[in-house]
Amino acid sequence: MSTTTAPLPASVSAPKVWGGGRSPFNVSYGKMMMWFFLLSDAFTFGALLISYGTTRFFSSVWPEANAVFYASPFFGDKNLPLVFVSLMTFILILSSVTMVLAVHAGHYNDKRGVVKWLLWTIIGGIAFLSCQAWEWTHLHAEGGWWGSFTDLSMPASAIQHFFGNYPGHVLTATNHAAAMQATHDFFNYFFTITGFHGCHVASGVCFNTMILINTVNGTYERRGHYEMVEKIGLYWHFVDLVWVFVFTCFYLL
Amino acid sequence: MSTQNEHIVIDGPNLVHGGTSEVDHNVHPNDRDRHGADDALHGHAHHEPHFIFKYIFSQDHKYIAKQFLITGMVWAIIGALMSVFFRLQLGWPDKNFAILETFLGHWAKGGKLSPEFYYALVTMHGTILIFFVLTAGLSGTFANFLIPLQVGARDMASPFMNMLSYWFFFTASVVMFCSLFVQTGPASGGWTSYPPLSAIREASLGSGTGMDLWLIAMALFVVSTLLGGLNYVSTVLNMRTKGMSMTRLPLTVWALFFTAIIGILSFPVLLSGFVLLIFDRNFGTSFYLSEIFINGRALPHVGGSPILYQHLFWFLGHPEVYIIMLPGMGIASEILSTNSRKPIFGYFAMVISLVGITVLSFLVWAHHMFVSGMSPFLGSIFVLMTLLIAVPSAVKTFNWLTTIWRGKLRFNVPMMFAIGFVSMFISGGLTGIFLGNSALDIHLHDTYFVIAHFHLVMGVSAFMGMFAGIYHWFPKMFGRQMNNTLGYIHFWLTFIGAYLIFWPMHYEGIAGMPRRYFDYSAWESFKQFESLNSFISICAIVTFFAQLIFLVNFFASIWKGKKVTDPNPWGSTTLEWTTPIKPGHGNWPGEIPTVYRWAYDYKDDGNGNDFVPQNVPLREGEEAH
Repeated sequence: MSTTTAPLPASVSAPKVWGGGRSPFNVSYGKMMMWFFLLSDAFTFGALLISYGTTRFFSSVWPEANAVFYASPFFGDKNLPLVFVSLMTFILILSSVTMVLAVHAGHYNDKRGVVKWLLWTIIGGIAFLSCQAWEWTHLHAEGGWWGSFTDLSMPASAIQHFFGNYPGHVLTATNHAAAMQATHDFFNYFFTITGFHGCHVASGVCFNTMILINTVNGTYERRGHYEMVEKIGLYWHFVDLVWVFVFTCFYLL
Repeated sequence: MSTQNEHIVIDGPNLVHGGTSEVDHNVHPNDRDRHGADDALHGHAHHEPHFIFKYIFSQDHKYIAKQFLITGMVWAIIGALMSVFFRLQLGWPDKNFAILETFLGHWAKGGKLSPEFYYALVTMHGTILIFFVLTAGLSGTFANFLIPLQVGARDMASPFMNMLSYWFFFTASVVMFCSLFVQTGPASGGWTSYPPLSAIREASLGSGTGMDLWLIAMALFVVSTLLGGLNYVSTVLNMRTKGMSMTRLPLTVWALFFTAIIGILSFPVLLSGFVLLIFDRNFGTSFYLSEIFINGRALPHVGGSPILYQHLFWFLGHPEVYIIMLPGMGIASEILSTNSRKPIFGYFAMVISLVGITVLSFLVWAHHMFVSGMSPFLGSIFVLMTLLIAVPSAVKTFNWLTTIWRGKLRFNVPMMFAIGFVSMFISGGLTGIFLGNSALDIHLHDTYFVIAHFHLVMGVSAFMGMFAGIYHWFPKMFGRQMNNTLGYIHFWLTFIGAYLIFWPMHYEGIAGMPRRYFDYSAWESFKQFESLNSFISICAIVTFFAQLIFLVNFFASIWKGKKVTDPNPWGSTTLEWTTPIKPGHGNWPGEIPTVYRWAYDYKDDGNGNDFVPQNVPLREGEEAH
């Protein structure tokens, strides 16, 4: 705000937070850009999830998450609703914890610590992506994909298992078409949104690897600070946070 | 929050020392914080950077601004030429023009435009002018040029990302340009690219390869906007020189700042919309499609809604209008104040109304969709929000008028265009109140009334702002003046021409004449407008050629213009005029000036001048602003 008294010469006066000559938030421009980028990206995901929400709420029936996501690797056809996705989510959240530790190590200019925890974060990211790959493959084997389930001549029994066999979930001739449409929409959105998120994780893994290489090469040691680790950490946590929303929308609600 | 503050406090000057040596290009942007904070480094002997890094892959914000400007000008010519082509068809639907065949080949056999290509032309005219000229060409030019100079920074926060921003725009331009030459023609479903025309390849000629290229170009364009926007915002927040508090910023910087914020928040939603659209086009999904029959055969798509695309599109589409308008508002504020030799009236009201416009711009998008079958109750909420925008807009308009009220007006060319900007903004803005009303919109929607409205308020008006800015800052860009006489001729032809083109369209629209029709003579009710349509076309052609005067003036003045001898030729207060006439990379040869006062201190300075630049320390007893 403007002042009403003449300021002391710039050299003597205490710098005002918004007075220019410094960052008002005490952050470098790089970190600020990351924050604004994440804000922007939040709108990208927000738009996708809201689109999913509208389509879903216009639909009279919708596949049952417990019935769609029942399988786990090594357990065959055993009914383990949401067990595998919980594991995936746990891995991703754990990778956020290791990222926190990497950033923490960076604050103490602890190169070995940064390398160790970044490496774990990368492993966590790759593990998550592998889980996602398995889940996609499994759903694909069940017939789900972009543009799947459009053939109305397909019998209701072909999609019944996506809706579970609970009372009130049994498909009839009257809601068969709606159910087919819902299954089609469900998989379209599922693959698009989890795929878009997966791309973010995959690029996060690439960025983390680049930062790891720089750390090993001593780039940040020479620079005297590990702010790049902090910045990529912001991105990684954001991608994690987005997964919480994606998880909620597709698996829980 | 970090506990290690010592490495994150940044001092204003962050620079690239010693110009852009090749070595610098390998320095990570983050490094500049540390190396650059040292002003003394700048005193080093500059060795001239290689031609390629100076003029092509330049990281100097001033060159990047010129790159944006000139690319934008090329697009403006192409986009405007398209309008001339389709105005020939609209003005004289029964005549053949050999020139059309010369330019368009088989799309205009015998000089008669084909309907398919007519749609492609209107689509590309809109896309090019809205995105490539009035978004990238306008805020790309002025945000790049003015933000560092006016906040007192040596360059953008990240010059490298800034360069990338231009090259993404350039790549988008190349892809979009190529789409003009594909066999089935460019995209032709309207600049809004509504599905199903944009989603089903067989829907129209332009729905095929043309649409693919359109989407690729636009995706690249979104990346460019994002990179640029992040830079603009961070530069304004972080790189202001000592004493340049936010409330001392020139209104141009405020306007460009909010423009960038709108872009950062709205373009990603468009990108999401495009992602879904690309899946619909290529992977058999039905996000936007449901129950469509082509040639009696039902398509497999079920369960989607084209309305969903409209929501996603207009969530960008409406804020986009303000992305186009705000830079012009900032430029006009600056120029009106300078050439009235008076402080801007109501500086804080100006800033707050910019905030208001920015916030409201995100809450009004569905007023483009009143006739899409939306709930009238929801419609009434959007009516309210839309009409509310009239409040900050009116605040700005009255502040401009009160700024020039009783000023010592200098009617130089930039001033003429700034006044033209205000005039167009009023004329076009008033009809916005008609269209924002959901009941009236039922009648006026998709008629020439809409065309008249948005061309005046965001087309011509934004161009007026852009021209004002170019004439005003040309001396800073090239160290020379543009020719005054040609400038006045350009102004009057454009100003009068624009009104003659768009004013009659209001009447056509009220009479129900729909937009996008290929041949009006096929309808008895629109035949009455035959001569009016020809008149509009003649005006459009004359106005188009008037722009060539500007082009000649612009390019001739770069090399032959009168050399500027006074570093501050307009007697302006802002920091860009404290640089040398031709500032090098880094803008100020010595230290960056410190700021002691606001940007509009037009008053007696005690030495016979009627202005006090921002870097002049306060006199004894003078109150700071």
